[in-house]
Amino acid sequence: MSVIRTNQLVKTYVTGTNEVHALRGIDLTIEKGELVAIMGTSGSGKSTLMNLLGCLDSPTSGSYDLDGVRVETMGKNELAAIRNQKLGFVFQGFNLLPRTTALENVELPLLYDRSGRKLDTRALAVAALDRVGLGDRLDHQPSELSGGQQQRVAIARALVTSPALVLADEPTGNLDSRTTIEVMSLFQELNEEGVTIVLVTHEPEVAIYAKRVVEVRDGRIVRDEPVKNRRSANKDLFELDERSAA
Amino acid sequence: MKTTVLVKLATQSIMKNKMRAALTMLGIIIGVAAVIVMVAVGFGARSRIRAQINNLGTNMIVITPGAAQQGGVSQGAQAFPNLSIEDVEMIRKEAQVVTAVSPVVVTRAQVIGDAGNWRTLINGVDVDYQTIRDWQTSSGDFFSSDDVDAMRKTAVLGKTVADQLFPGSDPVGQEIQIRNVPFDVVGVLAPKGQTASGSDSDDVVLIPHSTARTALSGRTFIPQILASTASEGDIPAAQEEIRVLMRESRRLGAGDAEDFTVRNQNDLAQAAEGSTKVMTMLLAAIASISLLVGGIGIMNIMLVSVTERTREIGIRLAIGARGSDVLTQFLVESIVMGVLGGLIGLAVGIIGSKTLAYFTGWETVISPVVMLVAVVFSGAVGVFFGYYPARKAAALHPIQALRYE
Repeated sequence: MSVIRTNQLVKTYVTGTNEVHALRGIDLTIEKGELVAIMGTSGSGKSTLMNLLGCLDSPTSGSYDLDGVRVETMGKNELAAIRNQKLGFVFQGFNLLPRTTALENVELPLLYDRSGRKLDTRALAVAALDRVGLGDRLDHQPSELSGGQQQRVAIARALVTSPALVLADEPTGNLDSRTTIEVMSLFQELNEEGVTIVLVTHEPEVAIYAKRVVEVRDGRIVRDEPVKNRRSANKDLFELDERSAA
Repeated sequence: MKTTVLVKLATQSIMKNKMRAALTMLGIIIGVAAVIVMVAVGFGARSRIRAQINNLGTNMIVITPGAAQQGGVSQGAQAFPNLSIEDVEMIRKEAQVVTAVSPVVVTRAQVIGDAGNWRTLINGVDVDYQTIRDWQTSSGDFFSSDDVDAMRKTAVLGKTVADQLFPGSDPVGQEIQIRNVPFDVVGVLAPKGQTASGSDSDDVVLIPHSTARTALSGRTFIPQILASTASEGDIPAAQEEIRVLMRESRRLGAGDAEDFTVRNQNDLAQAAEGSTKVMTMLLAAIASISLLVGGIGIMNIMLVSVTERTREIGIRLAIGARGSDVLTQFLVESIVMGVLGGLIGLAVGIIGSKTLAYFTGWETVISPVVMLVAVVFSGAVGVFFGYYPARKAAALHPIQALRYE
C-alpha cells in the first residue's frame, strides 16, 4: 500500500474572471519509507501540491489516497482528523506557538486526538523531543532556542503522533548552511528508521540528501528520478567539523 | 479536547498577555463592583427601614380610621374620627388571638417642666401600649392599669422630652404641667431613635388614655388603635378577627365598604421600602451599563487577539484542530476573562461596600444572590461578546491562517 497515490490531481483557483491552473494533472505515487524532495521554482505549483498532499486544501478534480484512505471527498472535520492522525507538518517558519514550552508545543497534536485512545501525551512528547536530541530543552520557549533547535522541536511535533507521512515545507529555508545539514541529517536518520518523508524545497543542495527528486513546473511533474550522487548529511557534518578544526 | 485542557489553555493564553487581559477585565471588574456596591447600598437602606419598622413594636397591628364614603365621595383616611374607645374595649373583650390592645389618643401640647417648656406629642395610651411597642423604661415604671382606671394624672416621658425638661436630673417623682394640668412623672422611656419617616420617636409624653380624654380636651378622637399578638404567625388571624369584629359592631353588610383599615408591620414596611426598591433598581441598572461596556471591551480585545493569533490558529488547524476546537478555545478564553473579571469585581465590590459603610456610616448589605448573579452575568457577558470573535477564528482557512504575516 502506497503512502501517497494521486491520480490526475488538478487544482484551479478562480479569482474573479481569472482562472489560475496551479496543478494540471499530477500523478504521484510515494511508497512507505521513501525520502522524496519535491522541487520547483516559486509559482511552479509545488506549494499547492504540498497543500493538497497535506490535506489542507481539496483538489478541483482527480483523486488522492493517503495511506489507503480516499481523502479528496472528505469534509472539513474528517480532514482535520486525517491531518492529526496521518500527517506531521514541518514548516519553513517553524510555526511553533510562541511563549509556549517545547514540551507543550510537541504535546499539542495529541490534545486534538479524537480517536478515543488513551495516550500519555506527556511521555510521548518527551520521547519525541528526546528523539530529536532536545531532551534537555523541554521547558524552553521557542524564543530561548536557536533556529535549528526550533526546527527540531517542530520535527518532534510532527513525529509525536507517529504519522504515516511527514511533510516538510522548505524546512531549511530559514536556517544557515550548517544547521541545514544538521536538520537534513535528522531527516535522513528518521528515514532510516522507516519514516516516510516528503520535502518541498527549491534548493538543489537540500534535495541532494533525498532518495528521490520530483520536479514540478507549471503544474506538471517534469522530472521524477532517484537522486544520483546522494549525500549523507552526517558525513558532510563530519567533514565540516574536520575542516573547521584544521 | 477536554474541558480542563481548554480552561488550562485559555488561562495560559490570558497569562501570556497579563497587562492586556487586566485592562480588558477592568471593564468587567468596574461593572461588577459598581453593581455590588449600588445594590449593597440599596439593600442597606432597605434593611435600615425594616429595622426601624421593627423598632415600632413586636407583632404589631395598626387600626386606623379608613376612607368613609359620603354619597360616593371618598374621604381620605382619618378624615372622620370614627374609632372609639368602645372599639378598643370590644377588641379587648371579644378577640381571641389579639393579646394586647391600646388606643392612641393624640394631642400636641406645650409641656412645662423644671428647666423650661417644650412643645411635644401627648399620646394617651393603655398599659398594653408598652407591650405592643416593646418599649422599656430607663428609669421609673410605666403607669399602671389602676392609673388608667382611675384616670390619674401620671406621665411617662420620652427621652427627648426628659432631656429638655429635666436636663441632668431624673424626672421620676417630679411634676410637669400639660396645658396647665399637673402630672406626676412616673417613668422615663428608653430611647428608640428615629422612625422610618425620620421623626424622633422619643419626642413624646405618654399618659393614660382615660386621663387624656377627660382632663386635656373636651373633644378627643382616636386616630389609631394598636394591637399585638403573641407570635408573628398569629398576625393574619388577628387582623381578620379584628376586621370581623369591627364590621359587626358597625353593622356593615356583606357588600359595604369598611371605614377603617387594619394593617400590620409588614404592610408598613413594604410601603416604606417601595421607594428604596425603585432607587436600588435604578442604581443597579446604571451600574449594569458599565458591565455592558466591559463586555464590548472583551469583544474588542478578542477581535484583536484573533487577528494577532491568526498564525497560531493556522498551526492548530494544520495539526488537526477542528473549527469547533478553535471556537471553543476562544470562547472559553473570553468566558474565563469574564468570570475572572467578575470574581475580582466581586472582591472589589465587597471591599468598596465595606469602605463606603465605614466612611459614610451608611448601612450596606451584600446579598449572596446578587454576588452569584453578578458573577454568572459576567460569565454570560463573556459568552455573548466572545462568540463573534471566536466564530471568526474558527472560520479561518488553515492555509491562509498559516501564511498570515
